[in-house]
Amino acid sequence: MSLDLDQALQTYIAEARELLQDMEDALLRLEADPNDADTIGAIFRAAHTIKGSAGLFGLDPIVSFTHIVEDVLDRVRDGDVVIEANLIAVLLESGDHMLHLVNVVAAQGGQLDTDAIARESGLRIRLQAYQDNSEVSHAVQVEKETPLQFSGGGLVETDNWHISLRFGQNVMRDGMDPLSFLRYLSTLGEIVSITTMFDALPLADEMDAESCYLGFEIDFKSDADKATIAGVFEFAREGSLVHILPPHSKLTEYIELIRSLPESETRLGEILVATGALTQQELESGLSEQQTSARPDGSTTPLGEILVEQRSVEHEVVQAALDKQTQSKDSKNKESRYIRVQADKLDELINMVGELVIAGAGVSLLAQRVSDNSLQEAASVMSGLVEEIRDGALRLRMVPIGETFNRFQRVVRDVGRELGKDIELVITGADTELDKTVVEKIGDPLMHLVRNAMDHGIESAAIRQATGKSAKGTLRLNAYHDSGSIVIEIVDDGGGLNRDRILQKARDRGLIAPNVTPPDQEIYNMIFEAGFSTAEAITNLSGRGVGMDVVKRNITALRGTVGLDSAVGQGTTVSIRLPLTLAIIDGFLVGVGKSSYIVPLDMVQECIELTENDRQATGDRSYLNLRGEVLPFVMLREHFEVEGSGARRANVVVVSCAGQKAGLVVDELMGEFQTVIKPLGKIFSTLRGISGSTILGSGEVALILDVPSLVQQAVNRESQHVSTRQVIH
Amino acid sequence: MGALVKKEIHAAVAQQEKGQYLTFLIGGEMFAISILGIKEIIEYGNLTTVPMMPDFIRGVINLRGAVVPVVDMSARFGRTASEVTRRSCIVIIEVETDEEKQDVGVVVDSVSEVLEIPASEIEPAPSFGARIRADFISGMGKVNGQFVIILNADRVLSVDEMAMLSGANGTDVSAEGLSTGSNN
Repeated sequence: MSLDLDQALQTYIAEARELLQDMEDALLRLEADPNDADTIGAIFRAAHTIKGSAGLFGLDPIVSFTHIVEDVLDRVRDGDVVIEANLIAVLLESGDHMLHLVNVVAAQGGQLDTDAIARESGLRIRLQAYQDNSEVSHAVQVEKETPLQFSGGGLVETDNWHISLRFGQNVMRDGMDPLSFLRYLSTLGEIVSITTMFDALPLADEMDAESCYLGFEIDFKSDADKATIAGVFEFAREGSLVHILPPHSKLTEYIELIRSLPESETRLGEILVATGALTQQELESGLSEQQTSARPDGSTTPLGEILVEQRSVEHEVVQAALDKQTQSKDSKNKESRYIRVQADKLDELINMVGELVIAGAGVSLLAQRVSDNSLQEAASVMSGLVEEIRDGALRLRMVPIGETFNRFQRVVRDVGRELGKDIELVITGADTELDKTVVEKIGDPLMHLVRNAMDHGIESAAIRQATGKSAKGTLRLNAYHDSGSIVIEIVDDGGGLNRDRILQKARDRGLIAPNVTPPDQEIYNMIFEAGFSTAEAITNLSGRGVGMDVVKRNITALRGTVGLDSAVGQGTTVSIRLPLTLAIIDGFLVGVGKSSYIVPLDMVQECIELTENDRQATGDRSYLNLRGEVLPFVMLREHFEVEGSGARRANVVVVSCAGQKAGLVVDELMGEFQTVIKPLGKIFSTLRGISGSTILGSGEVALILDVPSLVQQAVNRESQHVSTRQVIH
Repeated sequence: MGALVKKEIHAAVAQQEKGQYLTFLIGGEMFAISILGIKEIIEYGNLTTVPMMPDFIRGVINLRGAVVPVVDMSARFGRTASEVTRRSCIVIIEVETDEEKQDVGVVVDSVSEVLEIPASEIEPAPSFGARIRADFISGMGKVNGQFVIILNADRVLSVDEMAMLSGANGTDVSAEGLSTGSNN
């Protein structure tokens, strides 16, 4: 039981976070288009749902603060308050505070610290400016009331609402605590009296501890309307009986109520009299009257009909009920389109699919050995299906990057204000998908780069106008797929990097020899070097450098690369290239000596033969003529120092990454292979050129080549070689 | 150092009340390891060499779907790498690093037997003379009047240290870097 509640609370927390995110997005949209009624409605509903659900869990701090926000939003919706920049700022901050409340109060079960309390009271005062005065006093009054206070007599009976509750047996199994409904009800008004109905309780040995057998008869004093009170029990409506009688209800309605409830008439009548909802006389005359007005067929008039006949249901109540119905219909549609699945379950599934792929490869290999045609056919059908399952399973974990990008709208807005710069964020390629595990880890590096671009990349408005640019700076976030990777670009139209200063700095630090001038690209990339970001570099260069090495390290850890391009006066582009998934890839299997290696298939362009003649023609050099193009190559046999002489006929695998082409010379080509990536473990953490391992159908381990770093190694090795030779001469 | 070794012996004694040890041969010399960390012993074979790694990393094997690194104990001691014979085995040992547990395979020339060595029969390690780094030794067990070196598996197979050593060799991927092997 407590476990169920806990689960429900977890769902609430997750939902509240999502709703707050939606609310923030909507508020930012509203800034651009203040009259969008749909957006205003969405914000209001988000706040309303957060408040309502918080009430269910008895999270009073959330309820009381959100109530004020909801009030203001309600007035906005009704057009009593006009949307303007200040209001949006207050609401954004309120959203932040609500998130804080959810994190502290709901997730950790803790109390607010003094800072947060001070912030809250500040926000309350600012929000009150937008509240209706009478509403303010009402809100304060609501807060003062203590829940579940029994005060009994002294009040005029007919002024109270009467609520009959019979909870369904499953209410606790569904994760709801009956008490929390009452607690929430008490925030709307005063519970004058409450009688617990336990007639449905079976004998002790027949009782199921997880079922709810209780009901309540409540007399309630409140100014709220019927829709609001009915809304309290919205979550429990399914399977539960809820009857709400407004104040000054007709006697017949009470009688109708008594009849419709499962308990005996006399017992209910006594309770109603005891709690002061009815007087003894009223009850008696009512019961007898009801009997005479009973229909000829013996059934009594349904409550609903009576309500309509007597026009006691107001037009608004009907309207509100209809609205609510369409709303819940909408959310039902949504529910059928999405299923909330725990990420662990998905990860487990993908692991299992990985094992299935390996086992499938083993079966195919055996089938080939046995050379039984029908067996081979069956195996090939199976491996086709396994491939589809693999793709399907991986797709489950793919999410569009737009969600991550959208978070930066707020960052850009806030940081822009802080810096006094007017910066617009333009997002493109938001639909580009990538693995959730990658998305989770890319947030921090992106945040760093975006902040950097705003702080140091984009100039102040004055400088921009002086150089003939528009005063408004533009920051672009772009994403697209490119040969098995996703490329994320952060583009600013700022002043660009100061190439000469970076070069100077790099020479001072001994990273570049004094007489060498590398290409611009390489100079720009120096800012990713560890320790390059020290001292005056930060302030005098166009500043980037703080933690850029950390950004690079995080991206390298994801098997990605980061590059940078810049033009003075026109801006800077940082491009991050990441693998789409960290789990399973299509690979190309090659052999060097006795070992097998995997090249990611997306990088493979073509394969050509390297004959003995070709080899003699290239001689000492490591490049060859590929249809008129110069193709530098790496002899993997030499690079990996494999013992023994190579095969007479070697092959070249032409790979391309980030626009560069290179050849890998291998002994044998063994074809495509579905590769389940297995990490190599900590011992190999310093190993470069190999990114992981996989298991072949034969059960042997094959290593996955990290092509970009292999090429980089070859470059370094050659430049070292050349420089040592120069020293010797 | 002495104090450290002593402390480790005490810890070892405490956890090895029964005091069972697996004995095996490396380069003709007998060593022992507490059986508590040993998961299984498998035949030598199907090993994939990982290039650009120091000599003491023999490669990786597939242990029922998990990729497990295999260490050459002899090379780790700074001796020549052990030769593979018909009796060569891989002993899979669970090593604890920080909070993580990792399986590491160890190549040995042959596995002998499981012995019970009571704590009273274990002498502290000599500070020199065993021709093995003193911190690799957790104690000297007396078996039939002869000494058997009881290895401290967590130290010998320290993942952090081995990663660091391979880094020192691996970053400079030239022939010189590799041929020096382990520099213990």
